[in-house]
Amino acid sequence: MECVFGLVGNGFAIVAADTSAVHSILVHKSNEDKIMILDSHKLIAASGESGDRVQFTEYIQKNVALYQFRNGIPLTTAAAANFTRGELATALRKNPYFVNILLAGYDKETGPSLYYIDYIATLHKVDKGAFGYGSYFSLSMMDRHYHSGMTVEEAIDLVDKCIMEIRSRLVVAPPNFVIKIVDKDGAREYAWRESVKDVAVASA
Amino acid sequence: MARYDRAITVFSPDGHLFQVEYALEAVRKGNAAVGVRGTDIVVLGVEKKSTAKLQDSRTVRKIVSLDDHIALACAGLKADARVLINRARIECQSHRLTVEDPVTVEYITRYIAGLQQKYTQSGGVRPFGLSTLIVGFDPYAGVPSLYQTDPSGTFSAWKANATGRNSNSMREFLEKNYKETSGQETVKLAIRALLEVVESGGKNIEVAVMTKEHGLRQLEEAEIDAIVAEIEAEKAAAEAAKKAPPKET
Repeated sequence: MECVFGLVGNGFAIVAADTSAVHSILVHKSNEDKIMILDSHKLIAASGESGDRVQFTEYIQKNVALYQFRNGIPLTTAAAANFTRGELATALRKNPYFVNILLAGYDKETGPSLYYIDYIATLHKVDKGAFGYGSYFSLSMMDRHYHSGMTVEEAIDLVDKCIMEIRSRLVVAPPNFVIKIVDKDGAREYAWRESVKDVAVASA
Repeated sequence: MARYDRAITVFSPDGHLFQVEYALEAVRKGNAAVGVRGTDIVVLGVEKKSTAKLQDSRTVRKIVSLDDHIALACAGLKADARVLINRARIECQSHRLTVEDPVTVEYITRYIAGLQQKYTQSGGVRPFGLSTLIVGFDPYAGVPSLYQTDPSGTFSAWKANATGRNSNSMREFLEKNYKETSGQETVKLAIRALLEVVESGGKNIEVAVMTKEHGLRQLEEAEIDAIVAEIEAEKAAAEAAKKAPPKET
């Protein structure tokens, strides 16, 4: 089951997502990147129906880019989150997207922020959030250890603790995770946590 | 003739679309714009008519980005330009969304030209009153390009071109003085062409350069002034050299 979680630290926001692409009982690949770089200072970690996930997040990404070209300045994280929620809400009673999103961003004026957006267009600004079965474990872990103004090292330690919990306690725990961070220097990949690598087939 | 310029869908007996030709007139009244293609750079220059004292000149940007790697300058009706530019920006993102690739310069030029043509063959609309100069670098190939479109919807690629006020003089100058250049030399050539028809000085010209690595960069007034000073110095030196030889021999 897909696991996505994230938290806000001192001047940064961090999100982690599992990297398995699953269809019924088959794992298509275990290095699927589910955290999209929305623009220079925003990340979208998405989980849910894989077709919807890619389609919807790419659509949001292109609209965010269009806004920037039209107006000469980028959207704030709050504006992007509200736009995303609006799109989900509009589609909800016709052709809903089954995508859960954690939108992390850094704005020069307001600092880091994290938004919880679920598939029925709920929007919450949060300090920590999670989706999926893994949320039972990662939210509890974060409730216990999170405090505001954590350093990157403390936050990564907490993320690793959550991943450890998920791996040990969730029956269909995904083997690999990707961690991405956004701060004043931009959005970028931070690390992978792999326990299973896609093995290259040796030539016979 | 007066009967054939009402609805533009009507040809005149001698094969003219008068509305399109009148649109070209509007372009000829617009501000001068020049584009020069170098080996690793493309430069756009636009005449800036003196800004009113109370006007905030930062809000009047004549060279705009369509995407990270494409820029556009135009001559003619600025309000029409807003509409075309908006449609082009949407198309750039739409292309990225559907084929996961940025547009090539030719593609977006063809799109804009196609849009301009549509308005010459529809009922109840008038053509867009502007010609555009579109520059950019093709993704992956990394080759610089310069294209021009006009109200009729025709487009073609150019090594250097000018449009708007006094474009003929600028084009003549470019034809005489064009050679393959790169970097700062290309910028100088573009500014020299503009200075043929525009009052010299950084506050009368808007210049932007596009490179593969850095995308579009608008030149500061001080930079432009410096280059203009260089050009004037070169001109003065050339004049002096012309007058001096008889004494030396």
